[in-house]
Amino acid sequence: MNLNAVAAIYKFEMARTFRTLMQSIISPVISTSLYFVVFGAAIGSRIQEVDGVSYGAFIVPGLIMLTLLQQSLTNAAFGIYFPKFTGTIYELLSAPISPIEIVLGYVGAAATKSIALGLIILATATLFVDLRIEHPLWMILFLVLTAVTFAMFGFIIGIWADGFEKLQIVPLLIVTPLAFLGGSFYSISMLPEFWQDVSLVNPVVYLISGFRWAFYGTSDVSIGVSLAMTLVFLGATLAAVTYIFKTGWRLKS
Amino acid sequence: MPRNRKLDASRLPTFLAALAAYVAGSSRRRARTNCDRSNLMQSTNVAHPILAVRGVSKTYEGGFQALKSIDLQIARGEIFALLGPNGAGKTTLISIICGIVNLSAGEITVDGHDIGRNYRAARSKIGLVPQELTTDAFETVFDTVSFSRGLFGKNKNPAHIEKVLRDLSLWDKRDNKIMTLSGGMKRRVLIAKALSHEPELLFLDEPTAGVDVALRREMWEVVRKLRENGVTIILTTHYIEEAEMMADRIGVISGGELILVEEKAELMRKLGHKELILHLQEPLSDVPPGFSDYDLSVSADGSMLTYSYDTNAERTGIGSLMRRLAEEGIRFRDLSTKQSTLEEIFVNLVEDRP
Repeated sequence: MNLNAVAAIYKFEMARTFRTLMQSIISPVISTSLYFVVFGAAIGSRIQEVDGVSYGAFIVPGLIMLTLLQQSLTNAAFGIYFPKFTGTIYELLSAPISPIEIVLGYVGAAATKSIALGLIILATATLFVDLRIEHPLWMILFLVLTAVTFAMFGFIIGIWADGFEKLQIVPLLIVTPLAFLGGSFYSISMLPEFWQDVSLVNPVVYLISGFRWAFYGTSDVSIGVSLAMTLVFLGATLAAVTYIFKTGWRLKS
Repeated sequence: MPRNRKLDASRLPTFLAALAAYVAGSSRRRARTNCDRSNLMQSTNVAHPILAVRGVSKTYEGGFQALKSIDLQIARGEIFALLGPNGAGKTTLISIICGIVNLSAGEITVDGHDIGRNYRAARSKIGLVPQELTTDAFETVFDTVSFSRGLFGKNKNPAHIEKVLRDLSLWDKRDNKIMTLSGGMKRRVLIAKALSHEPELLFLDEPTAGVDVALRREMWEVVRKLRENGVTIILTTHYIEEAEMMADRIGVISGGELILVEEKAELMRKLGHKELILHLQEPLSDVPPGFSDYDLSVSADGSMLTYSYDTNAERTGIGSLMRRLAEEGIRFRDLSTKQSTLEEIFVNLVEDRP
């Protein structure tokens, strides 16, 4: 195991985060705060409790997930796409490192950053609403699993993308809609029955549901199913990454 | 020909035509004596090679065959120059050895380690300086070179990084962001990155392309220093002058085939001509009659008489020429000799052929 290489990539990527502190940390925190003001304070006061939780508090897990998904994905995608774009990928390909080590470096850094962001948003949320976390360990588990899974997903997108447009298109056209429709702002049980069934196809539903359960002990689907689905998705991204490095797809000619 | 003629890539077509002619010629000679062939084989096989390439072919998706069964062995500590035009396959070959491009067929070992099965051992011995100036932008020089060292699995060693940066005159720039550096400095940053993990085999893919004369000489100095430290160097270049100055052996690749591998000195000896230049006391308008046996030419102003001769010939004819000149009363105040350059060898090959 070439741990020096993992450390080098991780450090490089984290340095990038700190260089772009404004864009990396502050802007997601500001936009999430705006959600709290609009949905939590302004509109939320007119909405009755959901599953016994005030609406402002109810949306906190969903909002953290929303940021977590987007940030893990775009960070990992950009992290691996940029060397491809500038050509510095040659060094990565010619170094004595295994695919696992490359993924650990990039995905680890992207996940670290989005987990930190998630925790910052959580801290910010306590300024606006009363929060309780019934299962803190599960909360951390879902936070980490989701961050890693979507960083893996982002890594794949970064390798697949051959232009900046493709890099933007997946987060914009797929992940954001899935997160909004996955119960960030509502409980799936509030939907008509048909749309409840449709929602079950959306993997983000399981992530948000499991995460919310860790906070308030209530969920749309059972925690076991949530965890299983998260692990399935993680497994799928792992398989895809393995395939990519085995064949050199989009990396080597 | 003027002595310090500027060499550039625009001469390459002539050079290649000459090469083609040389290869055609050598195959004729081969048929005759079969000795050139064995020479060629000797120079592609070396004892305990640091790099062994056996039957390597590459066909890109879409069917373009970039390499056709390349065989090449590189001895430890030598400087090997790979010459050839754009698209000949130089970079493809290097990229395959370094693990950036997959090979279609064949086998490559670096210090005995297969580049596929044992890629960690093989790659950790290799440093690569790519042709394009592909650097990060926002990192500092010191950070990017340290990053490379880590990537190649080596523990931190600021002292070594400092040495590399000092050798490349980059130490003053260590805290500068790469994007603020000039092109020549970026090139040196790439070399520093490649040397950060103390490689035994260094690939320099056109290290002096687009680099000014002063910096080119500086690069050559760097390469010499590296060789003194025992690093094996494979460089590709457009500048034949560069190959001539630096290389121990020369390989020529064209159309994906390695058409010639030869010791530089041997190549020069075999194909080299010498010129004897006589600076005349009284100018001549033309080669005097009666000297048609000699390969003579008169300079435009008539002040110099040049005699070209083959260093390999049993008799160079210098003695008899001198006597004849004395008999004819042609006096000279000075003389000099000049060995043909590698480029001239190839150009002459073309000119000698009908």
